[in-house]
Amino acid sequence: MGLQELWFVLIAVLFTGYFVLEGFDFGVGMLMPVLGRGKDAVADTRRRVLLNTIGPVWDGNEVWLLTAGGALFAAFPEWYATLFSGFYLPLLLILLALIVRVCAIEYRGKIDDPTWRRRWDLGIMVGSWVPAVLWGVAFANIVRGVAIDEDKQYVGGFFALLNPYALLGGATTALVFALHGAVFLALKTGDEVRADAVKLAHRLSIPTVVVAGVFVLWTQLAYGKGWTAILVAVAAVALVAVVALTRLEREGWAFVFTTVAIAATIVLLFGSLFPNVMPSTLNDAWSLTIENASSSPYTLKVMTWAAAIMTPVVLIYQGWTYWVFRQRISTHHIPKSIGLTVGAERS
Amino acid sequence: MDVLDLSRWQFGITTVYHFILVPLTIGLAPMIAIMQTMWVVTKKDHWYRLTKFFGKLFLINFALGVATGIVQEFQFGMNWSEYSRFVGDVFGAPLALEGLVAFFLESTFLGLWIFGWSRLPKLLHLATIWLVAIGVNASAFFIIAANSFMQHPVGAIYNPDTGRAELTSIWTLLTNNTALAAFPHTVAGAFLTAGTFVAGIGGWWMVRNMRRAKQATDVAEAERLEGEARTMFRPGTRLGLLVMMIAGVAVIFTGDVQAKLMFQQQPMKMASAESLCDTQVDPNFSILTIGTHNDCEGVTHLIEVPFVLPYLAEGQFTGVELQGVQDLQLQYEEQFGPGNYRPNLFVTYWSFRAMIGLGVGSLALALAGLWVTRGGRLPDQKWFGWLSIAAIPTPFLANSAGWIFTEMGRQPWVVHPNPTGVDMIRLTVDQGVSDHAPATVIASLVAFTLVYAALGVVWFWLIRRYTIEGPLPHDVHPPGHDEPDDGRPKQLSFAY
Repeated sequence: MGLQELWFVLIAVLFTGYFVLEGFDFGVGMLMPVLGRGKDAVADTRRRVLLNTIGPVWDGNEVWLLTAGGALFAAFPEWYATLFSGFYLPLLLILLALIVRVCAIEYRGKIDDPTWRRRWDLGIMVGSWVPAVLWGVAFANIVRGVAIDEDKQYVGGFFALLNPYALLGGATTALVFALHGAVFLALKTGDEVRADAVKLAHRLSIPTVVVAGVFVLWTQLAYGKGWTAILVAVAAVALVAVVALTRLEREGWAFVFTTVAIAATIVLLFGSLFPNVMPSTLNDAWSLTIENASSSPYTLKVMTWAAAIMTPVVLIYQGWTYWVFRQRISTHHIPKSIGLTVGAERS
Repeated sequence: MDVLDLSRWQFGITTVYHFILVPLTIGLAPMIAIMQTMWVVTKKDHWYRLTKFFGKLFLINFALGVATGIVQEFQFGMNWSEYSRFVGDVFGAPLALEGLVAFFLESTFLGLWIFGWSRLPKLLHLATIWLVAIGVNASAFFIIAANSFMQHPVGAIYNPDTGRAELTSIWTLLTNNTALAAFPHTVAGAFLTAGTFVAGIGGWWMVRNMRRAKQATDVAEAERLEGEARTMFRPGTRLGLLVMMIAGVAVIFTGDVQAKLMFQQQPMKMASAESLCDTQVDPNFSILTIGTHNDCEGVTHLIEVPFVLPYLAEGQFTGVELQGVQDLQLQYEEQFGPGNYRPNLFVTYWSFRAMIGLGVGSLALALAGLWVTRGGRLPDQKWFGWLSIAAIPTPFLANSAGWIFTEMGRQPWVVHPNPTGVDMIRLTVDQGVSDHAPATVIASLVAFTLVYAALGVVWFWLIRRYTIEGPLPHDVHPPGHDEPDDGRPKQLSFAY
C-alpha cells in the first residue's frame, strides 16, 4: 500500500472515529427534548442525567473532527480546499451549530434559572440536529460526485447539494445518530431514564433500519464496488440486530452493533469513493483523486510517523477516560444545581 | 466591498475574537495547576478554594475559546482555498500535529479534571490539569510555527510542476527562527494576561474584604473577611504578581529578539511600524505622529527619540541604516513586478504603539500591588481596588494589537517572501482568496460576527458574575477524594 492509499484509509479512520464518538453525542443532544421533556424540576434533573452521560468526553470526541480536518489539509490539500470552499454554506451551518453547542453544554448549568436553561437546551438540540443531518448530506454528495471544473473548483451552487440521494444521506445520519445516542443512553443511565431510553431506542431502530437500509443499498448499487457489498450486509445485519437487542434490553451489545453499523457505513462511503476523493460530475478527468489531490511523499511520510506514534497514545488515554467514567448515571447521582442566580449577588 | 476585503475582514474578526480568549487559557491553565499543586503540597484548603474559584472562570473562558477555534480549522479551506492549495503541503502538517498532539490532550484531560474531583486519586487528578496546561501551550507552539511559515517560509521548496510549496524538512519548519521568537513572545504575553487577570481579581477582592471588615459590626464576620483576604486573596494576588513580573521581563526580552528578526526578514513591516518613509542612517524612534498618514505624504512626526530605533533593529546605538517604505516599494516592484507592497501605515504604526503602550496597565498593577502588599500588608485603599479592575483588560488589548500589527504588517502578502529563502515561495492575499460571490462571504461574515458578539456578551457577563460572586461556600472543603469506590450510589462531584 502506498502512502496515498494509507492516508486515504487514515482519513476514513479519523472520520469513522468522529462519527462513532460524536454520533452518540449528537444523539444525546437530539433526544434531550424527547427523553427530558417537561418543564418541572424533575424534567430538568432528567435532562442533566442525559447531558452528563457525555459530560466528560464530548469535547475529546469533537477533536476527532478537528484532527480529521487538519489531516485532510496536510495529506490532501486539494481535497481540503475544494471540499470546504465548495460546500461553503452547509459547512458554515455546521460550524455555527457546533459553536452554539459547545457554549450551550458548558454554560447551561452556570446560572440557576429555568429560562436560561431552556434557551441553552434549545442550543444543544439545534447544535446536535444540524450537524447530524448535514454531515450525511455532505458525505453523500462527496460520494455521488459534484460539479467540479477543471480548476478543481466546485461550481454547482448550494441547491445542487440538496439532491434526493444526499437528502436520504442526511436522514440516514440523523436517524442513525439518534439511535446510537438512544442506545448509548440506555447503556449509561439507570432507573426510569434507562427504561425510557431502551423504549425509545427500540422505537427508533425500526425506521432507522428502513431509511439506512435504502441509503446503503442505493450507495452500493449506484457507486459501490464488488467488495463493498460485504459492508452493506454488515451494516444491514448490525442494524437488524439492534432492533432485536433493544427489545431484549441488551444495550451493551446493541451499542456494539450501532457502532458497527456506523463504521460499516463510513467504510462503505469511503470504499465507494476510492480512488477518487471528490469525483466530478462534469468530466471524469477533472475528478480529484488520491493521486492529484495529495501532498508530497515527504509530507505524507512525516505525517505517517506522527500518526503512528500519536494515534495509539490518544486511543489509550481516551479509552481510559471512558473507563474512569464507566458508571451508569441516575437522577439520584445528580447534585443540586450550583449555578448562580441571575439577580443579586451573595451578600 | 469585494470578496478579498470581505474575506480579510472575516478572518480578522474571527481570529481577533479567538485570540481574546486564547491567551487567558494558555496562561491560566498553568496558574491553576500551580494553585492545585500548592493545595496538594501544603494541604491548605484556601489553595483549594482558589483553584476552584479560578477554575470556574477558566472553564467559562475555555468553552468560548474552543467554540471560536473550531472555525479556524476550516476557514483556510472555506475562504482561502487557493492559499490552501499553494501551502497545504507545508502548512497542513503543523495543523494536523496540533490536533494529534495538543487538542486531544487538552480536551480529554480537561474532561477528566472537571469531572474527576472525586473519581481520581489526588495526584492523578493533579496530573490531569498539568497535562491540560501542557496541551494548551503545545497547541500554541504548533499554530505559531504554522503562522511563522507565512511570515518567513523555511523548510520548503517550490515545485514548478505542481505550482505549490512542498515541505522538505519538518525540523526546519518547526525550528524556524521566526517561530522560536514568536512562540515565547506569545506565551509570555499569555502569562502576562493571566497573571494580570489573577492579580487584578485577587487585588480587588482583598480591598473589598478589608473594607467590608472595617464596616462590619459583627466581630466574627470582620475576622472572617480579613482572614479570607489574608489566607486566600493575598497569596493568590502575590502569585499573579510573580507571574506578571517574570512574564513582563520575558515579553520585553522576546519582543526585542523578534523585532531584530523582523528588521531582517520583513523590513517593510518595521519601516511601516515606524512610518519611516525614506531610507535613513540612525533614524529616530517615533512616539507620536499626526495625520491620516496611510501614505508617506501625510505623516508628521511630533515627538521622536534618538538611539532607540537603531538599537531595536541591530543592537547598536549608531551607524545603522534603515530602509524606508518608499525605497522598499521600489525595490519590491523591481523584484516581484508592479503592485502595491505597502501595508496600511496607519494601522501598523498605531497597533505597534498600542501593543507596547498598553503594557503600562500591567506595569502599574504590578508595582502598586507589590507596594500595597509588602511585608504582609492587606490593602484597603479604594484606588487599588479600581486599579486592579482597570488593569485587567489592558493585556488583552495589547495581545490583539500585537497580532493585528504582525498580521497587517505582512500585507499584501499571505506568504511573505523570505529574503534568503526560495524566491518562488510567496503569495499575495488576492492570489490566495477563494473565488466566492460576495453575497456568500457577506452571509458568513454577518453570521459569525453576530453569533460571536452574542456569545461574547454572555461570556463577559458570566465572568463578571462569577468574579463578583467570589469563592463559593460549597467549595470550602474538597470533596471526598479518598473515599473508596464501593459502587454505592453517590452524587457526582460535578454535573453540568
